[in-house]
Amino acid sequence: MNIPVFKFDAVIVGAGGSGLRSAIQLSEAGLKTAVLSKVFPTRSHTVAAQGGVAASLGNSDADHWHWHMYDTVKGSDWLGDQDAIEYMCRKAVEAVVDLEHYGMPFDRTENGKIYQRPFGGHMSNFGEKPVRRSCAAADRTGHAMLHAMYQRNVKANTQFFVEWMALDLIRDSEGVVVGVTALEMETGQVVIFHSRAVIFATGGSGRIFASSTNAFINTGDGLGMAARAGIPLEDMEFWQFHPTGVAGAGVLITEGVRGEGGVLRNSDHERFMERYAPNAKDLASRDVVSRAMTTEIKEGRGCGPNKDYVLLDITHLEPATIMKRLPGIREISMQFAGVDPIKEPIPVVPTCHYQMGGIPTNYAGHVVAPDASGRQAIIPGFYAAGECACASVHGANRLGTNSLLDLLVFGKSAGDSAVADVKAEAAHRDLPANAADYSLARLNAINTQKDGVSVFEARQAIARTMQDHAGVFRFADLLKKGVTQILEVEKQVRRLEIKDKSQIWNTARVEALETENLIEVAKASMISAEARKESRGAHVRDDAPDTPEFPNGRNDKEWLKHTLWYREGNRIAYKPVQMTPLTVDTIALKTRSY
Amino acid sequence: MTTRTVRFRIYRYDPDKDERPYMQDISAEVDEHDRKLLDALTKLKAKDETLAYRRSCREGVCGSDAININGKNGLACLTELDSLKQPIVLRPLPGLPVIRDLIVDMTQFFKQYHSIKPYLINNDPPPERERLQSQEEREELNGLYECILCACCSTSCPSFWWNPDKFVGPAGLLSAYRFLADTRDQATEERLDNLEDPYRLFRCHTIMNCVDVCPKGLNPTAAIGKIKDMMVRRFV
Repeated sequence: MNIPVFKFDAVIVGAGGSGLRSAIQLSEAGLKTAVLSKVFPTRSHTVAAQGGVAASLGNSDADHWHWHMYDTVKGSDWLGDQDAIEYMCRKAVEAVVDLEHYGMPFDRTENGKIYQRPFGGHMSNFGEKPVRRSCAAADRTGHAMLHAMYQRNVKANTQFFVEWMALDLIRDSEGVVVGVTALEMETGQVVIFHSRAVIFATGGSGRIFASSTNAFINTGDGLGMAARAGIPLEDMEFWQFHPTGVAGAGVLITEGVRGEGGVLRNSDHERFMERYAPNAKDLASRDVVSRAMTTEIKEGRGCGPNKDYVLLDITHLEPATIMKRLPGIREISMQFAGVDPIKEPIPVVPTCHYQMGGIPTNYAGHVVAPDASGRQAIIPGFYAAGECACASVHGANRLGTNSLLDLLVFGKSAGDSAVADVKAEAAHRDLPANAADYSLARLNAINTQKDGVSVFEARQAIARTMQDHAGVFRFADLLKKGVTQILEVEKQVRRLEIKDKSQIWNTARVEALETENLIEVAKASMISAEARKESRGAHVRDDAPDTPEFPNGRNDKEWLKHTLWYREGNRIAYKPVQMTPLTVDTIALKTRSY
Repeated sequence: MTTRTVRFRIYRYDPDKDERPYMQDISAEVDEHDRKLLDALTKLKAKDETLAYRRSCREGVCGSDAININGKNGLACLTELDSLKQPIVLRPLPGLPVIRDLIVDMTQFFKQYHSIKPYLINNDPPPERERLQSQEEREELNGLYECILCACCSTSCPSFWWNPDKFVGPAGLLSAYRFLADTRDQATEERLDNLEDPYRLFRCHTIMNCVDVCPKGLNPTAAIGKIKDMMVRRFV
């Protein structure tokens, strides 16, 4: 079959925050760049981020990047790499100021600077008390940011391929990444993008869970493509459950609500976080708050007829503050919970929100994986940034507002690395023979499968399996069962059948392809979780309880290491955590409390 | 779990197999968790996966799932199922070419958006820190920057239907005013010149369909009025 080949200097897959940030670097450096996205750029899920982006601007409270770094390391439960964390926190101010210069409509302080609000886990002076560090545009920060970056790309004449889905990574015989295959959704045409740099900015994959704040499009396409190309996925057992998803609907309610003074209450009207985190209370780290909420519900102090949620209360705030700082939240509460938060508290439950793990990278955005000798080596031509990547700055638990910072800082660094590498290299490397065959075979299998499994059924099976076996609290026996079950589900996914055979905007085909990515993420997550026999950050299991020897169940002697899952044979390997920062002293291991 | 049946009448057209578009009568079983139109569409799609529509965030911020619902443009994810008379008649957004089923070709819409130079223009060397802006100056952007580019407004505007290639349309003009109103932007004259034309701005006849349908409660007509004021003021 004759497959068209499009030649570019660089291809970026994904047009959310990190993709658009990378694209600015590439376009402004004059590289011929293609940005592929399943959706029009401003529909990417960055748009749904609400509360803000962290940077120690110090506009309202004294602040310092080193304090931010400390909080991030502590938030990660010491699983984050301290070189990458230092890099991110030091670059934060510049990253946010760049956005302001692009035109992002941040809220302002009385003296005209960028407005900042408190957020969970962000403290001053190495964990002392909450600090205003989250730079916000009302409660629509992601929307304002994504649009500002799209607009900057319009100015820079970036070339977008809108409603194109990348299918597979193309590597040559030496393992160098030389392009991707992609499907134009409108026509069904498959094309090879031949390029000298491929940047993955494909976002998260929270749709592996039944209850998720994530958009329909968050199906881990980059992770699936990387896994199929033999690249391991790092730390996939660590999934963040956001404390405040609207009960039933799953829609996100920002932590900024608590930053502005909101509190969580149980059926006794008690502000229960005071018991779990006496210092930070409702602004403790997300894993801590989600577990506290789950415990309250489990112990019978949930609210509502089924006692299955808790209440997020802002009725004590001035209506004017709510209207000014949290207008989107009011809208969401009325739309999806049927309550006006000015008058009534919002029913909330912990909801799957963010993937801490991903494609392993260094802080320059290069994808790294062990070579034949076991040394961590850069995969030439391949870069990743944002939620799909694992730098690792979030370790076992991400702090709120660090995701938007991650995508800005590492979107830029991946872009800069790609620019430098492309300029140093004279020409495109050759495409391997039949570079599209693998993707075409996948498409053909989906098209011709008979008596198979529907996409709807397969997706439900993935989501149910993950939800029931790898939730907020994890149990050794359930994880074991989960592994067996997800491998059974994989067999169903291998037999996906679609009734829609049209070439034109075939959404069934796209969803089938997405399902093949979801299953890779689900396997990686379940198998990595079963293997990690300790509790750390968002991964807490019953057989690793809080003991004097292992406070919070964390076992640094055996488990202070990153997981690497390989698709082939579902093999697990480990690599050390980078404990040495770039310029400052190591932030020493400590028991985590808020 | 109690289920109930929701009846639909949906515009269907797959150019790969259909000679011409047709209206399909179809129903979906929904339960008490299915509050929004998009929830019902998801159920419908599980039954008939050939139904094509766009969707993503399912919370009204990405702007993907704008369709014509019982004659009025709106977002499926924000439309309360119970508020709709049955059969629920779904059509693609009016005035744009249909690609398939409920999916329209939005090229013309985005072309108009791009035509207003939707980015901040400030030619001073950027300062080391943020540019300052007072709270009052920032408030001017409220009701403007929140646009999600769903196209509900422009595709409900008769002036846009007649002249989609010449009239910028309410969404594009709302964005134009978003930059005109930004104290950090220096291209006021250039922006006004760009709109000084019998069609680009002045085809707005304040019919106000745009205000009526905007799922974010924005008011493009008011923004257009302010641009017209600026046009007048620069000649007096």
